[in-house]
Amino acid sequence: MKALAARRHHRAAPVVLLLLALLVTGGLYAVLAPSPATAETASTATDVEEGHRLFQANCATCHGPNAEGTPEAPSLVGVGAAAVDFQVSTGRMPMQMSGPQAAAKPPQMNPEQTAQLAAYIASLGAGPAIPTEEQVDASLGDSANGALLFRTNCAMCHNAVGAGGALSEGKWAPPLDDVSEQNLYQAMLTGPQSMPVFNDANITPDEKRDVIAYIVEQRDGSAGGISLGSLGPVSEGLWAWVVGLGLMIGAAVWIGAKSS
Amino acid sequence: MSENQNTPGRDVTAPNAAAHPERFDDPGVPAHRSRLTDVDPKAAKRNERLIALIFGISCVGAIASIVVYFAVRPDGTTAGTRLSTALLGTTMAISLLGIGIAAIHWAKSLMSDHEHVDERHTLASSPEVREVAVQHLADGVEDSGIARRGVLKGAAVSALALFPLTFAVPLISSVGGDWNVSKFRHTIWERNKRLAYDPSGRPIRAADLTVGSAAHVIPEASQEEMRSHEWITEKAKAVVLLVRLNPEDLRSDQSPEGETWSYDGIVAYSKICTHVGCPVALYEQQTHHLLCPCHQSTFDMADGAKVVFGPANRPLPQLPITVDDEGYLVAQDDFAEPIGPSYWERLK
Repeated sequence: MKALAARRHHRAAPVVLLLLALLVTGGLYAVLAPSPATAETASTATDVEEGHRLFQANCATCHGPNAEGTPEAPSLVGVGAAAVDFQVSTGRMPMQMSGPQAAAKPPQMNPEQTAQLAAYIASLGAGPAIPTEEQVDASLGDSANGALLFRTNCAMCHNAVGAGGALSEGKWAPPLDDVSEQNLYQAMLTGPQSMPVFNDANITPDEKRDVIAYIVEQRDGSAGGISLGSLGPVSEGLWAWVVGLGLMIGAAVWIGAKSS
Repeated sequence: MSENQNTPGRDVTAPNAAAHPERFDDPGVPAHRSRLTDVDPKAAKRNERLIALIFGISCVGAIASIVVYFAVRPDGTTAGTRLSTALLGTTMAISLLGIGIAAIHWAKSLMSDHEHVDERHTLASSPEVREVAVQHLADGVEDSGIARRGVLKGAAVSALALFPLTFAVPLISSVGGDWNVSKFRHTIWERNKRLAYDPSGRPIRAADLTVGSAAHVIPEASQEEMRSHEWITEKAKAVVLLVRLNPEDLRSDQSPEGETWSYDGIVAYSKICTHVGCPVALYEQQTHHLLCPCHQSTFDMADGAKVVFGPANRPLPQLPITVDDEGYLVAQDDFAEPIGPSYWERLK
């Protein structure tokens, strides 16, 4: 203590104090801050570097050498790690071919490479981070409230139970039954392709988890039995007219036929 | 067949009197064919056993249904409910279909299948019966004295004529309960009313909307107001889709000369389609197109919600918006024109 007291007039003392204060503040922030911040702590400088290399090999042709965007593809500065993780882990990016919509396909990058790319893009500008496990845990969400939000914000394109649907000019809203919880959250947060953005002010993180809980609950199927694709009157009508009426006609023929 | 048919100049459609009789004779009932069960007692026995078996299956189905009802209760999960419903339905169907199939098979294979002709009797009663009936009616009228007692006649007719009004008046007046058509012209949007997220009702700050956002918007209202009976109708008319575009992408909106109805790339348009009133909400943020799910009318949100495709006739009405002192989005006024599809008293 004495040694410390003796050095308090040292010329480096203010700098050391400042550094200590910053460290404490930073440390406290890291502990107390909302979870998105923690997701980014995983990336290191080498991840960013490796991600940059991957970017130049796979993405720079369309998005420009520094992700600044070209007439063909948007700038990726500020889209955040969440957008990269969504696009790359679902195989939408790198894009297979140009068309009305980049389709999901088996992912081209492994999870490590995806994380490196995400780290690189996140280093270019602040953007939404990859959600934590807790943020996407469907068991913590309220699916009833999720249904309310889904009906207002999502059902018009994605169908009332998330079976997907058609948009204009060859575009479509994909079915949600096999989309991971992580990707569901990221899609709401970043608004990929035709989908609008639903940021945390519009649908709060808790509400996003409610929506995920609702979608996950739909995967148990319908309590009423066969859902016939949940497409409504088209498949149900086809079933009723072809199978239902067919059976009735068959029964009528059998009742009317003479026994031999 | 006949050479006449090929002779030129003859009317080939002329009836050939020799080939077609004036009137076909009634061929009668076709000759009766005995069934296997009629001639072979073994076959009859076999069918009897088969029918008994089907009835037996029906009995098993009924008992199974009761067992399932007690044994497989819905446990609250979707799968549990589905299992219970499916088992109950299947066993019930086996029980009821078994009865039906067995009964029909019984009738078809074992009951008499001889054809019987039962001539229909004439519809009219005999002249004597009719005469008696008319006489009874005449006696009744004479007995009531309706021709002589004018007051009674008037009173009875009045009572009979007035009674139907007791249900006709309430019925008709409730059909036309509200003929105030001008209410279609206005919504509950008014100057300085805040825009709020649907369904949570949180007010929206302009700064909270990212470019590319779409928000489904209702007018801000108190909890009591939102629980009131009128709210659902008012909300249905007032719903708005709010989107934020890149300000340079916004080519035009509907604000007249000298006014600004949008705020920094944020535009708000009625969500009720101008075609037949479906909720238009399929917003594609890259093309700024808004698609109506009912008839594929497409509106360009970057260009005053003009119709770019489909049967809609007019752009979606724009809600003029601005921000208040606290940065929340507020309406400048109600919509400048009636929302939704055309109707008879709409001037435009």
